[in-house]
Amino acid sequence: MSKTVKLTPPLTDADVLALEIGDRVLVSGVIYTARDAAHKRLVDLLAAGKELPVDFKGQILYYVGPSPARPGRVIGAAGPTTSYRMDSYTPTMLQLGLKAMIGKGKRSPEVIAALQQYKAVYLGATGGAGALISQCIKKAEVVAFPELGPEAVHRLEVENLPTIVINDCQGRDLYELGIKEYRRTAETGDEAVACR
Amino acid sequence: MRQVNVQEITKAVKEAAITANFDLGADLLAALQRGEQEEESPSGREVFRQLLENARIASQERIPMCQDCGLVVVFVELGQEVQITGGDFEQAIQEGVRQGYGEGFLRKSLCHPLTRANTGDNTPAVIHTEIVPGDRLKITVVPKGGGSENMSRVFMLKPAEGVAGVIDRVVTTVRDAGPNPCPPIIVGVGIGGTFERAALLAKKALLREVGSPNPDPELAALEDKMFQAVNDLGIGPQGLGGRITALAVHVVMQPCHIASLPVAVNIQCHASRHKEAVL
Repeated sequence: MSKTVKLTPPLTDADVLALEIGDRVLVSGVIYTARDAAHKRLVDLLAAGKELPVDFKGQILYYVGPSPARPGRVIGAAGPTTSYRMDSYTPTMLQLGLKAMIGKGKRSPEVIAALQQYKAVYLGATGGAGALISQCIKKAEVVAFPELGPEAVHRLEVENLPTIVINDCQGRDLYELGIKEYRRTAETGDEAVACR
Repeated sequence: MRQVNVQEITKAVKEAAITANFDLGADLLAALQRGEQEEESPSGREVFRQLLENARIASQERIPMCQDCGLVVVFVELGQEVQITGGDFEQAIQEGVRQGYGEGFLRKSLCHPLTRANTGDNTPAVIHTEIVPGDRLKITVVPKGGGSENMSRVFMLKPAEGVAGVIDRVVTTVRDAGPNPCPPIIVGVGIGGTFERAALLAKKALLREVGSPNPDPELAALEDKMFQAVNDLGIGPQGLGGRITALAVHVVMQPCHIASLPVAVNIQCHASRHKEAVL
């Protein structure tokens, strides 16, 4: 039975081990943003033996490139971008102690295995709900790579940002299991019936 | 000849780009409302609820409905009795995009393909111009998101594969895309023409009002079949599992070479943005 959990980073192993696919997670506190361009910069810095602009230990990374804030507003629209573009960088980020990522769309088998290895979770936010999610963001500032514009690393302060656990520490995938329940295609018809 | 000044074109493109990003069309709103009623999956219904709330906030607060404000595709139907005055036609359109994305606080999402350096003003837009009879100029501004565009495909089938082959490619494309293009989606299918024409037909198919029937009964029946097949995949809203993966499947078809059967599948996320201006 899925549950609703409120989480504020820094997260511990115990925090993420308690999460299961389908659980609703309301994220509050400080989270960081990065898309593929910022991931590349971070991984390049590591390869060059340089210090990273953010300590990701216990943190949550949100895959988002917000639209510009109007004067007097905190941020523009800020929904998740498609996560697979970050897959090749993710095991490295998890090795640094990152505990959760927020995005949308499928992750690679390598990422799902790394989530088990490093005890971390992948959370889905609603893609295309950028205006709705912007209401959960109370403060935003660029903390690294300002030249990347919307792709810069932002530090966000959020309140009850709604997400759902897509991949947990047990290697499970909500996208796989959720679809099985509703699939009606000929080759898997029996399976669909069995699940209902 | 009826004259249209380029300044009018710039203004129309600018306004369409801004409103397209803030105000979801009535057809999409109705489709999302229907989805919230009809979806069997509880997490699917929650997604519909969030998307309706998102559309309300975007429109009221003038925040883009999605942070991906898109690459702007502009379809132009230029009446052959219209004379463009006061400057360069295509530059006028690009200027409209530039102004709209600046003044509307919209995200600039275009970059050099290899260096990835942002162009800074969301130009150049992709412009498709057709010369048509009459003395009007119709401009349709279509901001297209990257996530759903990335999941789109062109296939060059063997003619022997026929209708079954076409349906198979549409279903395969949607299945492989899974949760990535932000379902519930709209599926634009272009059949026939050439390699590049099929893709253009697929994109044009996305412009038809969601919920409106295809005027060609043969294509309407084909759309029904494809619609059923993609929704039987069970992907559901946001890929969490559910009955409604697609809000609509739209097909546009034209003759092709006797050796070919081109099929293009252009996937559009639920934030299907397009605004029209007639000058």
